[in-house]
Amino acid sequence: MLTMSYSPLFLSLKIAAIATLLVFIAGVLLARVISRNLFPGKSILESIFLLPLVLPPTVVGFGLLYLFGKNGILGKWLMDWFGVQVVFSWIGAVIAAVVVSFPLMYQSASAAFQNYDSNVENAALTMGASRLKVFFTISFPLAWPGLLAGTILTFARALGEFGATLMIAGYIPGQTDTIPLAIYFAVESGRMEQAKMWVLIIVALGFSSTLWLNWWTKRNTLSFKSKP
Amino acid sequence: MLKLNFQKRLNQYLLDIKASFQNEIIILFGPSGSGKTTTLNCIAGLSHPDSGIIELNGQLLFEERSKVPVQKRRMGYLFQDYALFPHMTVQKNIQYGSNDNELAQQLTEVVGIQHLMDSYPHQISGGEKQRVALARALATKPRVLLLDEPFSSLDQSTKNQCHQELMRLHQMWQIPIILVTHDKEEARKLGDRIFPIDQGKLGSPDDFW
Repeated sequence: MLTMSYSPLFLSLKIAAIATLLVFIAGVLLARVISRNLFPGKSILESIFLLPLVLPPTVVGFGLLYLFGKNGILGKWLMDWFGVQVVFSWIGAVIAAVVVSFPLMYQSASAAFQNYDSNVENAALTMGASRLKVFFTISFPLAWPGLLAGTILTFARALGEFGATLMIAGYIPGQTDTIPLAIYFAVESGRMEQAKMWVLIIVALGFSSTLWLNWWTKRNTLSFKSKP
Repeated sequence: MLKLNFQKRLNQYLLDIKASFQNEIIILFGPSGSGKTTTLNCIAGLSHPDSGIIELNGQLLFEERSKVPVQKRRMGYLFQDYALFPHMTVQKNIQYGSNDNELAQQLTEVVGIQHLMDSYPHQISGGEKQRVALARALATKPRVLLLDEPFSSLDQSTKNQCHQELMRLHQMWQIPIILVTHDKEEARKLGDRIFPIDQGKLGSPDDFW
């Protein structure tokens, strides 16, 4: 009989959900501001945004430890001002998930905001709409399919984050044991049945979200196709 | 009266526009890349000149230190590809910038698109899109109407119909209409005055003939 705690499932979902929300807001705003403007240093900035995608997660984890560790610049500041400890806490796991999944959201959002004719925004401006109104009534709805795709990828990536999480949040049962960490430590200690169970759950979550995304994208990209 | 006297540095040349327009149909005639669209954008406030002034009925819309923002200029702008909002019905498109339902209703009748109100832009033809875009631009009661090669993607008979319509609307509306084209026949047919433009230099109407 399997006796196991379900806390890794709920913890993983909580961390992935919070990370996705933060990444969504930051990714959409930055992509909207940056993607359609040309300015010096744009390529460098975008390369920095995409860096976590190409670096080994351990390098990202090392960088985060450096910044958020007890003696790191941000870690010390957060501790002194807010009494918040990032390392070895679920907050550290959220930060790791945010950093590694951000490039996926940024790329999707950036492509989504360039995927429609920019004159529709100009047309709305000439009709007297404020920039905020244009964003919420024109840009956002037109970019929505791409933004949603980015959100799903972000969530799936945040759910699966392992390396950076291990380095900054460690493995503390009940506090930082997300599913990927639980799998690793179950295998380490020879609890193969438990590992299998978590593997099945995370494969099911990942598969169902990408399947739903594919279905949804196909259904929605057909609708705005223009008559020749 | 619309007075233009402005300069803007572009990649290949200096855009230098000096002219004043009454309530007439003005044609900017010239090849691609001659600065026609940039001129319209400067008038609309979508981009700004480097120096000079733009003045409409005594109000300064642009001078170096003060720029009236695009939203406050009340310019109707018809883009080359119409730029209809693809996720809104024809009705929502037309009412986007104005709450004046009566005017919207009147406009849809004038351009003959009452039967399309619940359609989406991808469900209607090129000529119909053109009419919707025209009604949408006029729904905000613009003080000037700017048209960027509005008929270039239409077939000849639809084009002729749209020409008639534009002239009829101009009769009713009496505002300056500035139309950009590289079609000589269209220019001759519609224009009260035709300004050739090349490499950013605006010629005089005499040069066209």
